[in-house]
Amino acid sequence: MDDLGELYQEVILEHSKAPRNFRRPESTNRHAEGYNPLCGDRCTVFIDYEGDAIKEIGFQGSGCAISKASASMMTQILKGKTKEEAVKLFEEFHDLVTGKEEAAAHAEDLGKLKVFAGVSKFPARVKCATLAWHTLQSALEEKQETVSTE
Amino acid sequence: MTAVAHQLAHKPLPRGVAAKSATALDLAKIRGDFPILAEKVHGRNLVYLDNAATSQKPRAVIEAIVRYYEQLNANIHRGVHTLSVRATEAHDAARQTVRQFVNAGDTREIIFVRGATEAINLVAQSYGRRHVAAGDEVLITAMEHHSNIVPWQILCEEKGAQLKVAPIDDQGELRLDEFEKLIGPRTKMVAVTHVSNALGTVNPLREMIEMAHRRRVPVLVDGAQAVPHFAVDVQALDCDFYSFSGHKVYGPTGIGVLYGKRALLEAMPPYQGGGDMISSVTFEKTTYNVLPFKFEAGTPDIAGAIALGAAIEYIGGIGMDRIAAHEDELLAYATEAVGAIPGVHLIGTASERAGALSFVLDGVHPHDLGTILDREGIAIRTGHHCAQPVMERFGIPATARASFAVYNTKEEVDTLVEGIHVAREVFA
Repeated sequence: MDDLGELYQEVILEHSKAPRNFRRPESTNRHAEGYNPLCGDRCTVFIDYEGDAIKEIGFQGSGCAISKASASMMTQILKGKTKEEAVKLFEEFHDLVTGKEEAAAHAEDLGKLKVFAGVSKFPARVKCATLAWHTLQSALEEKQETVSTE
Repeated sequence: MTAVAHQLAHKPLPRGVAAKSATALDLAKIRGDFPILAEKVHGRNLVYLDNAATSQKPRAVIEAIVRYYEQLNANIHRGVHTLSVRATEAHDAARQTVRQFVNAGDTREIIFVRGATEAINLVAQSYGRRHVAAGDEVLITAMEHHSNIVPWQILCEEKGAQLKVAPIDDQGELRLDEFEKLIGPRTKMVAVTHVSNALGTVNPLREMIEMAHRRRVPVLVDGAQAVPHFAVDVQALDCDFYSFSGHKVYGPTGIGVLYGKRALLEAMPPYQGGGDMISSVTFEKTTYNVLPFKFEAGTPDIAGAIALGAAIEYIGGIGMDRIAAHEDELLAYATEAVGAIPGVHLIGTASERAGALSFVLDGVHPHDLGTILDREGIAIRTGHHCAQPVMERFGIPATARASFAVYNTKEEVDTLVEGIHVAREVFA
């Protein structure tokens, strides 16, 4: 498969056209806004955190296919995860999209998210793939300010 | 399109006229003058359509930099030794070349700065801080680049003044009637772009400047997107300040120009203090140097100024009117070809445009389009183009922008169109 095909895999295109959990959940107690000033992508992540796990998660915003699909698939994998598990997944996802060798060791954790491996060949797009995750982290930490990828 | 057409008539020339004169350009030779155009990107021929961000450099400019450091390098205005004299003469000659380029009346009116951004900051901080007070107003337009918004915001915030913004219409043209109404008794400065970097709109500067001058308000023009595309005559425009960047007009980065009317510059306080901008210094009192040196503190980008001079001489050798005609034809061709692609919406359809074509494509975010085009060897800009208020005006987060230079060809536009079709297929 060529680089472009690796980046825009069917799964990614499908999620970008019909993002999952693309809404504000009825009950949420944590949220954060993310912004990529380079391309104007915006993303708000909403979480309903109960006990020590993410009970419900959704997102809203506008962005490119990579940022939308990444946010969509992130919300799918995070339901039921604890804050620590979510932060660990972000680290592993970050290794994946930046082409770190360590990412291979986390293949099992990452599951479907492995389709984002192609991003590592497009350094200019790493921020698109990680915007939702940065925003998630901020929401989990209950920070007030808008997260910027710059 | 000629400078006269732009500055006096504000009407597009019949396309046929442009087409006829453009045939005189020897594009193969011109392309050969730009070494980078031989580069391959992802195995494809480079199609460089991001000229509004920065243009490529002809060999003459690259060689001027090398020649300066190999044969002339010395500090200017201070040495009695031969190299310093040579460097000073070359630097002075570059200023003279710039003066002729914008038809300023006097080389003392040409201030070398780092770029258009620094030029605008200089005027805001020097002229602005002296003349703008609490309750006063600074008028800009809704199509300004951030560099012609933020320096005025900083000034207004410091002074308790108000920033007023003249609106644009759905075509991306200035609402001239609204603009005129906004010039009031408290307006102390009008700052407007000559050509919009995000929309390509060419503003009717002569009328705008006359409107401001009737109310005794000085006008700064951001010419960064104008000087690469058509001849500019600051005396014919009668603008008070005119700024541009060297790197968008085939020169190096790090050098730019502020033109200012001499009487205004003479009365303005210095922008930065340091060496070169003084005639004498004691701890009690410093006497400032004469123009233009009063505004050029510290050792300047000597090589940059000389290389900018080389860039201007290079395009002068081709002829500004021929460049304008060629680019006009190219922009018209691209507007038609890209505009005809299903799902494409052009952003900025002013009757008079120069340099840039901005658009969005249904179902494909500009950022994805930019990545796909890059794999085809095509460089365009995607994003908000440092003009977020323009994006907001059109209710979009970003656009794709193809922008043209003298070396671009219709075949490259065809490659762009094919690339857009590839993107449509990927996202079909």
